[in-house]
Amino acid sequence: MNNWKPVAILLLLVLPGGFAGIWRVQHGIDGQLQKIHEEQDEVLLRSNKMMKTLSLEYAPLMADVYWTRVVQYYGSKGERREQNLDSLWPLLDLSTTLDPNLIPAYRFGSTFLAEARPVGLGRPDLAIELIRRGIRENPEYWRLYQDLGNIYYFSLHDNEKASQAYVDGSNVPGAAPWMKLMAARIVERGDTRQTSRLLWSELYESSKDQTIKENAKTHLLLLKTDDDIEQLNLLIAEFQKKYGHAPTQMRELVEGRLLRGFPADPEGFAYVIGKSGKAELNPNGRLFKLEPLYRRF
Amino acid sequence: MKTRRSLESLTMHVGEGESFGFLGPNGAGKSTTLKLLMGIIFPTSGSARILGKPISDVEMHKDIGYLPEQPYFYDYLTAAELLDYFARFFGFTAVEREERVARMLKKVGLETAGKIQLRKYSKGMLQRVGLAQAILHDPKVVILDEPMSGLDPIGRHEVRDIILELKREGKTVLFSTHILTDAEMLCDKVGVIVGGKLQGVGRPGEIVGMKPSGMEILFEVDESDSRSGALRAKAARSGSGFALRVPEDSVYAALEELRAADAKIVSVAQIKPTLEEYFMHLVEKDRAQAAAIEVYGK
Amino acid sequence: MMRVGAVAWNTFREAVRDRVLYNLVFFALLMMASAIFMGQISLEIETIVIITVGLSAVSVIGLLIAIFTGVGLVSKEIDKRTLYALLSKPVRRWEFLVGKFAGLVLTLAVNTAAMAVGLVLALLYVKHSLERGDAAVFVAVYFIWLKIVIVISLALLFSCFTSQLLAILFTAGLYIAGLFVTEMRNLSGSKLAPITQTFFSWVSYVLPNFGNFNVMAAAAHGRSVPSGLILENTAYAILYCGIVLTAATVVFSRRNLK
Repeated sequence: MNNWKPVAILLLLVLPGGFAGIWRVQHGIDGQLQKIHEEQDEVLLRSNKMMKTLSLEYAPLMADVYWTRVVQYYGSKGERREQNLDSLWPLLDLSTTLDPNLIPAYRFGSTFLAEARPVGLGRPDLAIELIRRGIRENPEYWRLYQDLGNIYYFSLHDNEKASQAYVDGSNVPGAAPWMKLMAARIVERGDTRQTSRLLWSELYESSKDQTIKENAKTHLLLLKTDDDIEQLNLLIAEFQKKYGHAPTQMRELVEGRLLRGFPADPEGFAYVIGKSGKAELNPNGRLFKLEPLYRRF
Repeated sequence: MKTRRSLESLTMHVGEGESFGFLGPNGAGKSTTLKLLMGIIFPTSGSARILGKPISDVEMHKDIGYLPEQPYFYDYLTAAELLDYFARFFGFTAVEREERVARMLKKVGLETAGKIQLRKYSKGMLQRVGLAQAILHDPKVVILDEPMSGLDPIGRHEVRDIILELKREGKTVLFSTHILTDAEMLCDKVGVIVGGKLQGVGRPGEIVGMKPSGMEILFEVDESDSRSGALRAKAARSGSGFALRVPEDSVYAALEELRAADAKIVSVAQIKPTLEEYFMHLVEKDRAQAAAIEVYGK
Repeated sequence: MMRVGAVAWNTFREAVRDRVLYNLVFFALLMMASAIFMGQISLEIETIVIITVGLSAVSVIGLLIAIFTGVGLVSKEIDKRTLYALLSKPVRRWEFLVGKFAGLVLTLAVNTAAMAVGLVLALLYVKHSLERGDAAVFVAVYFIWLKIVIVISLALLFSCFTSQLLAILFTAGLYIAGLFVTEMRNLSGSKLAPITQTFFSWVSYVLPNFGNFNVMAAAAHGRSVPSGLILENTAYAILYCGIVLTAATVVFSRRNLK
């Protein structure tokens, strides 16, 4: 019985000390691993069918594992890094091969495979391939047609095909009525901001995926700034006419009674007049940094 | 169901250079006591010391040797390799190890079998290896758990000789056995354990609290001769003759009678109650006690 | 120290004399031969396939040996009662444990090294020459060995207090759990309640994180592994084994042996 004490003390010291050490070392390892750009699935990803056969009835579970990885790497809380993008397609390809009904993967891929770098992979062709698979395997899910139409519209500027996608989607039982409306609108008034706004709004409203929502929202905000800047440029032109010289600061517009207050972007940063004499986003604002990254209409 | 205590407040003392025999039926607690001493199991309370050091002192093991009950060793090793392996724990040099191993194998009669893997060994051979590894390092105290088990009469004789030699070398020997004659022959002191309790400790003679209960006369006689008839009727057959028991004070009278009948006197000896009788008496007592408890504690 | 070494050497000797070990090594060599055939079918990715298949074989075989031999390290000695005579020698229980551990670790080091050599030979056969990037294969093998060492320590721990069958189940279970630690750590940011997230976060540090040791992709593509990771992983393995061995010592020190 007298041997209990030193042994118990040993344990009480070693256990917390040891795990504290582990905690620190683990963080070191995390840092190192990110450097390596680890995609151990890459090798196996080349043969999706083989993976599917190997996984047997656990295929949907495996699909979830890989889907989780997508979320981890590209989700809004994850670290979206340039080098991770290369694995986006293989991961999505594999996930949807293992589980063809993994709708979130299709929807996610339609946005982020198509968006130009660095926001997405910049491969609208892959996005289309993915969505077509999704439609083939889930013909009743009409929203995939919505995603398909968006790819054609935003990334490929092919209004005809975009409209066609919306038409096809509108024919699926249970599709929302606006699908038909969108189809018509794209053909009649494609390439306008308003159309784009409608499409992004629809996506924002309907999507449950935070990342997709945020992406759509950013597009909407930038569209708004486009509107604002267009308006402001008109006012600048008026000022020019009225006072004979171009204004260099917003203040002048306010003093000249053309503006009632200082206009700001949707996030509260005041617009400025740039060197070119046109209205511009405030350099301090978040949208200023995002603008060049996003192709938008 | 109550958990049985395997040992009840055991207190005993073995002097240096003594040979102490632990006697008792199977399951009495002999092995348990020895395992406690070796630190294989731990007591719920109490303490013990060997050579003045607490049993938790592992260094003290340098001076003690242990033969476990029904020993079994790494069967992929040869006897020589096993002994060499164990020898490494004592810090001998390679030369010393080699010499000791050879000497031990010879001592226990295994010199020719030294290179054979232990998995091929008979029980008796394993017992000898066990003994060899116990005394390999020339310990001051040797603790043996059933050293005779599994041995044929020759083997047992040899082991007895080894134990006597250890005694002569002044070592302390503690061994357990349920063979009484071995205990009588080899031990200075004997402790009798029955049912987990130490029933008595003392010299083999003392323990039984000895009083000779008479004399036994062995004689041979011509059975056709009627003069010895009365005596023969009182006697029991013994081999080719008879054994007559008489109280001590009647010995000479009986002898006279036998001489008169031309009987040949083979021997005259005291009848001592043996360790065996004392032993059986204790076992019976213990069983009776256990029965009593069961009746009450239902 | 000598005593630990004596126990370790004897454990190693036991593993070597146990013919199961030889069969597994033979199996590994067989695996690599088939890798060469597989490589011939797939053309450009032969190197990748050989390295991936080879490393997988090294890992699986090493783990099998570690688990099946590891769980018997202590329990076999108790069941067969060979431990009694040993404990009567001047050797502490922890010295015995560490010695057994070291012996099996040594066995697997030898075994893993042999398989690594086989793998490199197979690579040479296919590529006809080696480049700098191929050094990553050695690092990958080293990491696999580190992973195996951790598994050995776990098997030893369970061997101290359960039967061999249960120990196999527990050790294998912990190994599988350890593969998902990365996923567990990514659960933060998901929809679970904060308490659950904290719980999983803690658990993810307690469980052995075997994802740390997987650099198979880097090795397959000839990308070198940063030396910082080598150091960190070694430190991780040392720390983790230290904890597990201490726990084993505590469990075993006061155990009454039959």
